[in-house]
Amino acid sequence: MTAETETTTTPGPHAPGPGTPGRGTPGPRTLTWQRRRASAARFWKQYRTHRAGVFGLAALVLCALVALTAPLTVGVDARSVTDAPGGPLESPSARFPLGTDQFGRSLLGLMVWGARVSLLVGLLAAVLSVAIGAFIGITAGHFRGWYATVMMRITDWFLVMPTLVLAIALATVMSRSLGTIVVAIGVTTWPTTARLVRAQTLAVESRPYIERAKALGGGHWHVMSRHVLPNVMPLVLAQTTLIISTAILAEATLAFLGLGDPTGVSWGGLLQDAREAGAVSSGDWWYLVPPGIAIAVVALAFTLCGRAVESVLNPRLGVSR
Amino acid sequence: MTAEATPAPAEGAAADPGTSGPAAGRGPRARSGAAYLRYVAGKLAGAAVSLLAVLVTSFFLFRLIPGDPVKFMTGGRPVSAQQLAAYRREFGLDLPMWQQFTHYCGKALTGDLGTSYQFRAPVIDKIIEALPNTLLLTGTAFVLYTALGIVLGTRSAWRHGRLGDRLNTGLALTLYSVPSFWLGLLLIIVLSVGVGPIPGLFPTGGMESGGKEGFAYAVDVAHHLVLPVVTLVAVEYGQTLLVTRSALLDEMGGDYLTTARAKGLRDDLVRRRHAVPNALLPTVTLIFVNLGRTVAGVILVETVFSWPGLGGLFYQGLSVPDLPLVQGLFFVFASAVIVMNTLADLLYPLFDPRVGR
Repeated sequence: MTAETETTTTPGPHAPGPGTPGRGTPGPRTLTWQRRRASAARFWKQYRTHRAGVFGLAALVLCALVALTAPLTVGVDARSVTDAPGGPLESPSARFPLGTDQFGRSLLGLMVWGARVSLLVGLLAAVLSVAIGAFIGITAGHFRGWYATVMMRITDWFLVMPTLVLAIALATVMSRSLGTIVVAIGVTTWPTTARLVRAQTLAVESRPYIERAKALGGGHWHVMSRHVLPNVMPLVLAQTTLIISTAILAEATLAFLGLGDPTGVSWGGLLQDAREAGAVSSGDWWYLVPPGIAIAVVALAFTLCGRAVESVLNPRLGVSR
Repeated sequence: MTAEATPAPAEGAAADPGTSGPAAGRGPRARSGAAYLRYVAGKLAGAAVSLLAVLVTSFFLFRLIPGDPVKFMTGGRPVSAQQLAAYRREFGLDLPMWQQFTHYCGKALTGDLGTSYQFRAPVIDKIIEALPNTLLLTGTAFVLYTALGIVLGTRSAWRHGRLGDRLNTGLALTLYSVPSFWLGLLLIIVLSVGVGPIPGLFPTGGMESGGKEGFAYAVDVAHHLVLPVVTLVAVEYGQTLLVTRSALLDEMGGDYLTTARAKGLRDDLVRRRHAVPNALLPTVTLIFVNLGRTVAGVILVETVFSWPGLGGLFYQGLSVPDLPLVQGLFFVFASAVIVMNTLADLLYPLFDPRVGR
């Protein structure tokens, strides 16, 4: 803050506060970005030391690329039943590296298309679940009294419910579609997040700067969105990564039980098709193995990433190393 | 409480905590007993509220289903209007919603969960028929995966960071990410149907081959039990292992362990007598909290292995859909988890005297 900049930039009577954009000093926005970049770099530096987390991340990037480029690599007609290229239930060959299903479609193509459904449902369901959990957690931590009591009762009740049974029941009573599965998984998996976020909110709200913000006239919304949310964000991020793997497994399970989207191709749906086509009793292991491995690899990759993120952001929990 | 600081003249005050005089020796004891009773009452009341909530949910959730339940029963066959009306009366579907609800609650309290559409039999009978089979499967698997998880988790934590720990944790995490139904199908292909030179060692499904009695029957059932139990144990033990491991790691830095070692105790004794009992406390709670996941595993494993239990029944009900059956099983599964959680809550103060005061 030199006198020179003061006179040249602001001729008014009031002296500018620190952080006014000037030539020598960075403005508040630039400062914020610098700080964010620095913390991202610090995060990445620590994340890199978790080898399992890096493996998981690499696997995820690969899967995402495969899923996103599906129309280019295997073509849109890989899912078409009417003009399938091969005979039914062919075992792996040079033409069909993973064999064919009962309609003669290439299983490799179906696997690639299935990756889209599994990843999409996993991401959307996890985002929905964590959004509900974070909202309930923050509000229940911020507003005390009967609201918090009621919300935590509901959370506790959802916590003891067998998640999958509830999701199955929801998927049964709603129409069969991807949206249904996302909702069924999302509204049954949020209670853990709500619990964790509420605990963190309570910890944050007991700090003096929240009192200061309130004294300066900050309302509920201001405190929750500007002070509490940024502090619970790391937790929310780690939780999202962990819930994605749960959601992917749940999607596969629902599809396997015949509650999935009947028009789409997903990994769980492929396993159901395989079972219905009699792949188990005829010993066609090549039909069953790839979808299961794909589900396990993606679920494991998200779990590894989530654990790595968790132990970087919360070193006290860093037992996973 | 201030009044009690003075010596209590009346005998009636003996029940009050902290009273001096003849009751002084019993004071703390009586207080902890009363506190425990209050704790138990609180937990039981909470469980009762949860059970009620499950009952309400199971009723309204399955009324959301689009379409006419009677249409499912008739399976699309052409039926006259009189017959439809008769069906409605038979299943109580002609009454207003709130009356259906009060009937449902009243009946559920007396153990009547309605009549299954597809079996034309009381749901409760089907459940009672299948319950022992599920208990056999789940009980065996539960004991095995809890024991395995605790033993491996303890070892992993005690030697944490070493190769054995990393292999152990890695395997547990991998199996934890594997869909249970897929593992079951693979085991059937490899060990029942047989791949290449491996002959089929185990039956592909069901619970018995039939026509056997006495000891031979027991052996037969055990033979059928192997693969479902292995599947359940494989997908569930990882959770227990990870929980035990992190609970024990939290204890590892404790001063009391240093003291125990300084006394000259062998490493093995320090672990068994000092560290593990403390680490087991959080583990026990989490094992019961995670029972909900086991319920999911049981449904899938029973479906894959055609085990005649509650999970298999649930799957049969889903494919129709047989609403009273699914509704009844939903109630049973949810209540089972609530009851087990409450049991864990009630047992917990016995392990850890700090809880429930």
